[in-house]
Amino acid sequence: MRNPYQPYPVRIDAVTVETEDRNLKTFRFSFLNPGDEERFSYRAGQFAELSIAGKGEIPIGIASSPTEKGFVMFTVNKVGLVSSHLHSMKAGDVMGIRGPLGNWYPWERMEGKNVVIIGGGFAFTTLRSSIVYMLDPANRGRFGEIHVIYGARTPGMLLYREELAAWERRDDIHMHITVDATQDPAWKYNVGFVPAITEKKAPPAGEDTFAIICGPPIMIKFTLPVLEKLGYPNDRIIMSLENRMKCGIGMCGRCNIGKEFVCKDGPVFTLEQLNRTPREY
Amino acid sequence: MRMLLIDRRAWEEGLKRAAGDYRLIGPVKEKEFHSFRPLAAGQLPDFAFQNSRLSPKHVIYPQTEPMFTYTLEETREDRHLLREVVRDIPPTAVVGIRPCDAKAFVLVRLNFDTPDVQDPYWLRAYEATTFIGLGCNAPCGSCFCTTAGCGPFHEEGLDLLLAETAEGFTAKVLTAKGEAFARAAGWTKPAPEGTEAALQELARAAEGRITSFVQTEHLKSIPVNDLYHAPFWDEVSFACINCGTCTYSCPTCWCFDIQDETRGKAGVRLKLWDSCMYPLFTLHGSGHNPRGTKLHRVRQRFLHKLKYFVEKYDRGIQCVGCGRCVRLCPVNIDIRRVCNMMNGYAVSGEACAIP
Repeated sequence: MRNPYQPYPVRIDAVTVETEDRNLKTFRFSFLNPGDEERFSYRAGQFAELSIAGKGEIPIGIASSPTEKGFVMFTVNKVGLVSSHLHSMKAGDVMGIRGPLGNWYPWERMEGKNVVIIGGGFAFTTLRSSIVYMLDPANRGRFGEIHVIYGARTPGMLLYREELAAWERRDDIHMHITVDATQDPAWKYNVGFVPAITEKKAPPAGEDTFAIICGPPIMIKFTLPVLEKLGYPNDRIIMSLENRMKCGIGMCGRCNIGKEFVCKDGPVFTLEQLNRTPREY
Repeated sequence: MRMLLIDRRAWEEGLKRAAGDYRLIGPVKEKEFHSFRPLAAGQLPDFAFQNSRLSPKHVIYPQTEPMFTYTLEETREDRHLLREVVRDIPPTAVVGIRPCDAKAFVLVRLNFDTPDVQDPYWLRAYEATTFIGLGCNAPCGSCFCTTAGCGPFHEEGLDLLLAETAEGFTAKVLTAKGEAFARAAGWTKPAPEGTEAALQELARAAEGRITSFVQTEHLKSIPVNDLYHAPFWDEVSFACINCGTCTYSCPTCWCFDIQDETRGKAGVRLKLWDSCMYPLFTLHGSGHNPRGTKLHRVRQRFLHKLKYFVEKYDRGIQCVGCGRCVRLCPVNIDIRRVCNMMNGYAVSGEACAIP
């Protein structure tokens, strides 16, 4: 019997400070045992438990893309016991990764469709995974227009800044980067909250357009009415939830919203599904 | 289905013999109450009980269970790696488990043994265990098993069912595991013609002594958000002190926590019973809590047992009617009343409690 609580041993290969407040760091891991990378085969939108012996585990969205080989990548906000300890770890340290866990963005349903990605703050990790996945030469032809609306408080709080700049230069993806406010005269992108930018920049709604939205509750709260106003149907609005988790496999009982477990039946739900469920997230 | 006759002497001799092949666990009186404990050599289970105060779920699912060990000693090759703890579980028999508690394991199995992922800790223990049930001739006033998908002589989840008689026991062999136990105990004497009918009669009589009931027929069809927003949760949860007694005493409550404990450089990752009654159960690292009030938490417990489970598995309610939470709740919250309110709300949209 495979033990679903047993993490794969991994080594930290690189640690990158992402944001100016140093509260977000990106960790690149490689698997210690041959074959584990293949066993950890994942889809964009899934998460994993990062496991540190003596501290515990945290559920974190996978920020690398399935098209990127030889490593997996997670961006972690420093919040509690495990994430704070992880922030003090360095390249070469050994820990564990358990997963992949949960479902993924509905890639089959979205094939041939336009996709608008709406993200805020540090909830951009599985969205980065999704963008890299869709932009991969083998996949780009399988999707229509791609729009990305991504906002942070300040320019220094944006994740993956070099990649954002590189995507800005491409002509097969429409980037709409924004910050809440900035004094930086060199800032050449948008200024304004994500809902306002969404209203201006989101592509027209239709049967052929999906919105993936991921961000802090306040952003979700004000962006959903905008999407509704633009005419996005609830089954074309895709959301990824977070709840406190332990097992990650639908057994320990704490992350449920109604009969659905965020860890196993989610974290990805359509707004239509969420409307039928007690919103305990 | 083979019926056996076991007189007092065969009972005592048989358990002694079976103890050679099985670890025996049975009801034992500790101070005022019975608990399910490993039986010492020659010790007989004490059947002078209605049921144990806490359920025997700990036999399969210990309150604290080591999952992994690890070392933080930097000189060790295996530092920071988790080593699985495989509990040595000899063939075990729970002798004298009540049918409600055995059925509870069948329900809990739905959570731990799913098509795509299995909890090896729970499942190994369950598979190593034989359940020797003891029919309930005198159910108590807070038992409501017959309307909770169970009954005083319910066979689901049992390997062998005993009925106490003046001379000893009659036994109904229900599974191959039960057959193996009977063989190990040397219980081979076939019961006379008519014993099965007599057992059915005993069961009917016991069912007739059940005096409290729940209504569940509408729970599945009512939209979940209607129940979630029903007006009675404030009143239902008003007296609750979130002590968790209901969840810890419940044979079908399965929620757990995972914690690491380190002493010096050595540590263990533990699986521990947890409770949806506690605010920490769902508290986010950010401080946000999706079930931040006791109303949320009380509602979660009842909706889980009486609605989410019902919808998810279509196997009835996640309750066997043992009545422990009813008897032990310090503020008299009664799942029977809440269940009937929920079921009644489905019909009338009103929240009147039916006794």
